[in-house]
Formats: sequence, structure tokens, C-alpha cells
Amino acid sequence: MELLLAVVVGGLYAGGIYLMLRRSIVKIIFGLALLGHAANLLIFTSAGLTRGRAPLIPVSGSVAGGTLADPLPQAVILTAIVISFGVVAFALVLFRRGWQAAETDDPDVLRITET
Amino acid sequence: MTPLLVLPIVIPLLTAAVTLLAHGSPRTQRTVPVAGALGLLVAGVLLLWTVERQGILVLQLGNWPAPFGITLVADLFSALMVAVTSLIGAAVAVYSLVAIDETRERFGYHPLLHALLASVCGAFLTGDLFNLYVWFEVMLMASFVLLALGGGRPQIEGAMKYVTLNLVASAFFLAAVGILYGVAGSLNMADLAVKLENGSAPGVTTVVAMLFLVAFGIKAGVFPLFFWLPASYHTPPVVVSALFAGLLTKVGVYALIRVFTLLFVHDVGYTHTLILVIAGLTMITGVLGAVSQNDFRRILSFHIVSQIGYMVMGLGLFTRLALAGSVFYIVHHIIVKTNLFLVSGVVDRLRGTLQLSSLGGLYESRPLLAGLFLVPALSLAGLPPFSGFFAKLALIHAGFEAEQYLIVGVALAVGLLTLVSMMKIWAEAFWKPLPPDAPETPVQGGLSLMVGPIAVLATVTVLIGLGAGPLFEISMRAADQLMDREGYIRAVLGDGS
Repeated sequence: MELLLAVVVGGLYAGGIYLMLRRSIVKIIFGLALLGHAANLLIFTSAGLTRGRAPLIPVSGSVAGGTLADPLPQAVILTAIVISFGVVAFALVLFRRGWQAAETDDPDVLRITET
Repeated sequence: MTPLLVLPIVIPLLTAAVTLLAHGSPRTQRTVPVAGALGLLVAGVLLLWTVERQGILVLQLGNWPAPFGITLVADLFSALMVAVTSLIGAAVAVYSLVAIDETRERFGYHPLLHALLASVCGAFLTGDLFNLYVWFEVMLMASFVLLALGGGRPQIEGAMKYVTLNLVASAFFLAAVGILYGVAGSLNMADLAVKLENGSAPGVTTVVAMLFLVAFGIKAGVFPLFFWLPASYHTPPVVVSALFAGLLTKVGVYALIRVFTLLFVHDVGYTHTLILVIAGLTMITGVLGAVSQNDFRRILSFHIVSQIGYMVMGLGLFTRLALAGSVFYIVHHIIVKTNLFLVSGVVDRLRGTLQLSSLGGLYESRPLLAGLFLVPALSLAGLPPFSGFFAKLALIHAGFEAEQYLIVGVALAVGLLTLVSMMKIWAEAFWKPLPPDAPETPVQGGLSLMVGPIAVLATVTVLIGLGAGPLFEISMRAADQLMDREGYIRAVLGDGS
């Protein structure tokens, strides 16, 4: 399972970087989104894949028994997903405004802030 | 003691919330931010004073014990950063009253400014790596909107570059956090420091360290990752540039210093030598970029890059004196750099352009402003008796002690080139007569509210220069705390571990 996820993460990174290197501002956003997903899956994989129950303590006892899944990476990933959702939404609006202002999808034309 | 650690985060957040709610009332929207910024200044100074007297302050949020909950930590370095941030926040809040137009105000400039201040303070105070990521993202969101707000094509274009590269940095940061959690099984920085020290996989740790170096390096604007900075910092309103120039890249430098003094010290010969090389290249490329520019703000933007090199140089040398020099340098630089940008805002207001070729005659017509430019400009170049001289002196002394003569030579040469380009601004904008074809713009009112903060910051620069002793002593103690990892770990995790 780790191997499969490692390949998926690597593929997502490769796809994301490839898209960002294309000459299109739309593809930059897709690339950014893929990088975010890749990072989230990377956390999920590297924190260790355990087949276990949710770490809930039953009402009757004081200790949760059995194999438990680590809740922390899931909390981290959930937070990261929310953040990247907001950020990508903002980037979409910004890039749309950029497209309206410059009337081009080609990042090579967007040079008026360079020297 | 406890509320002091939260105040620098809560005050600006509350201010942002109140300002946002007072959307319809322009008067509240203008008075509340200034009051909030002054409150933050008081809180920042109080925090520094308390930490200076009592040592490292720690707050476990929600009373969860250390490695499990989120911890706020203020050692002297953090407290100094928060204090100086609050000073900049107050200066910028007052300056914004006249420098920001009504459209931007209506679209939420003031709440964003305070959200940015809250996130910067949060990043300085947190003791948890993932929490640091969250503060970085809050900071990015606020800065994205501030950068793009109400702008035409140049501003949007600058913002696109800024957004893209900073999001890539965030992705790296997140990946590094994930791998580090896989290696060490913790996100609390003190706990991580313990676990990495006893760790069995130094190779993986070095890889993670490099990921952090790339992530924070993009934020800090070090060579070769700084290209977003000169492409975007000159596009927004000057006061936004000033705020960014003072604070944002320094959060990156702070994060670099924090992780490379606390977490990744297992292979100093490799990591810190690399950092030293990067520091030298950052100084050189930044200053060469600056020398080739002909726009007031672009010159200043490139100088941010070269100055970052000095701060990182102290980390690369990794001795007590060098780290003290870095801490001193960051404090000095934040004040001076913000001030220079604020001066450029007044020049823009007076002349309507920042192209050096169409500026001139400002010494004749505005001698006070010219003087207020010279103080931070000479300080930036490192001339005595201003603050920059002592900052550079400490770093160069540390370089000699560590027998790194090459970096010392680079630092001295870059100081000289900094002086050259500061004198270029001085000669072109202030000294030479006004060119006859210069665009004539009427002087608008409210200049005193712009010059006031500049004068205050210039005074602070002079005071730091004339009384360098006390601040340097605090910097030395901050460096002691940075080198003494055990002290930090004990303060966070308690004596039991």
C-alpha cells in the first residue's frame, strides 16, 4: 500500500510541476492544486498507514484498546485541505483578473513588472 | 504573565474584526485600527520587557500539556521580533490614514493590515511547526489581498507572481512538515528537537532540513529563490510595500533561524556551510540588482534581498556572536527598510513619480524630508553612528572570529555598493535640481501624518545607533538562548524530560 501511495504522490508532484512549467496561467493553478494534493497524501503516507479504529475512548472505560489510527496526520491534512481550498479559490479569481487585465493566457507576456 | 503571550495575536485580530464590522462607518474604520496598533505596540513592548526580566515565557493553549497541544513560546528573539513588528504596525497604521485611498479602505484595507500583523506575531510566537504553517498561510492570504487590492495591470501581475511562488513554498513547507512527522512523530518544536537528537536517521533529517531551507528560503527571498520579490514589491501602494518590506521576508528569516538553531543542528558542517554560501550569493546578487535599477522603490526592493544575505550570514557562521549580529541586524533592518519605503511614499505624493530621472530638487524644497531619508539610507549602508554600523560590525567581527574571510570580504564590498546606490537615490532625487520636464503635481494635505511616523522611526534608528550597547546586550542574550537548546526544551516540556 505504501508503495502504491508513494507512486501516486510522485505522479502528483510530477504532474503538478509539469503543469506549472507550461506556458499557461490556467495550468499554473491546476499545477498548484496538484502540488497541494501531493503534499497532503505525502503526510498521510509518511505518518504511517495503520489499519485501526478511530482513537475514541469508550464511555465505560478510560483507555481505548486495540489498534488505533493516528488522528494527528488526519487533523493536519484536514486543515491543509481547507487552507489550500481557500488559497486556490483566491488564486483563481486573481488569475481571472490578470487574464482580463492582460488579455493573455501566456505568462511570458506578463512582463511589465520586470525590468 | 499568561495573557501577555496571546495579546500580540488577539489585539490585531480583534481590531480586524471590529474594523470589518464597522464596514459602513468610515470614521470607526479609521480610528479603531490606529487604536489597535497602538495597543499592539504596548503589548509588544510589555512582552519584551517581561521576557527580558523573566526568561522564556511559555503558554500551553487550552491547558493541553506540551507535546500534544499547541504551545506559544516567547524567548528573547521572538519577543524582540514581536516588539519591532508592533512598532512597524503602529507606524504603518498612522501612515495609512492619509496614504490609502478611499476605494481600498472600502474594500477592507484596514482589517487586512491587522490580520497580517496578527499572523506575523503568531508566526513569531508559536512553538509548533504545523501552527507555524497555519500562521504562514494566514499571512499569505492577507498579503495576497493587500498586494492585489484595487490595482491595475501591474499590481495584478506582480500579485500573480508573488502568489504562485509563495504557494509553491507553502507546498514544500507542508511536505517537509509531513515527512518530519513521519520521521520523528511530533510537531512540537521542542519535542522535535529532543527526538531528532536521538534520531536514528540523520540522512532523512538532512533531506527534510533542505526542504525547510527551500520553503523558508523562498519566503525569505534568498538566492536563487528571490525572483518574486523585485517583481512584485514595487507594484502596490507604497505603504503596503513598506509593510511587506519590513515584515514578510523577515518572518522567513526568523523561521530559518529558528529551525536551524533548534531542530537541524546534527550536521552543521553541511547545512550551515550551505547557508553561508547562500548568504554570500544573496548579498552579491541583491546589491548588483539594486545598482542596475533606476526606480526608487525597485532599488529598495533589491536591497531587501542583499540585506537578507547579512541576516542569513549570521546563521551560517553559527556562533554566539554571529547569531547576536543576525538578531541585531533583523531588528535594525525592519525599522530602517520600512522607513525608507515610507520616505519613498512621501516622495511619490510630492512628485507623482518614483523614476529617479524625473525626480530632483527635494533637498531644496523639503530639507527635513531629505534629512529623514539620509538617516535610514546611511544606516542601511552601515555608516556610524547609525544602527546599521553596529549590526554589520558584529557580523564582520563574528566572521573574522570564525576565520571565514571570504564572506567577510563579500559583506564589506556589498556594504560599499549599498552606499553607492543609496547615494544614487540621494543625488538623483534630493540633490540634483528638478528637471524642467518633470511632471508637476499639486501637494496634497496630510503630509504631517506621513512624515510623523518616518520621524519616529528615524529617531529610533539614531537611538539604536547612539545607544547600541543595551540592544546589543539583549541580542547577545537572545543568541545565548538560541544556542542553548536545552533551555528552550526545558521551558516548553517542563523539567521532567
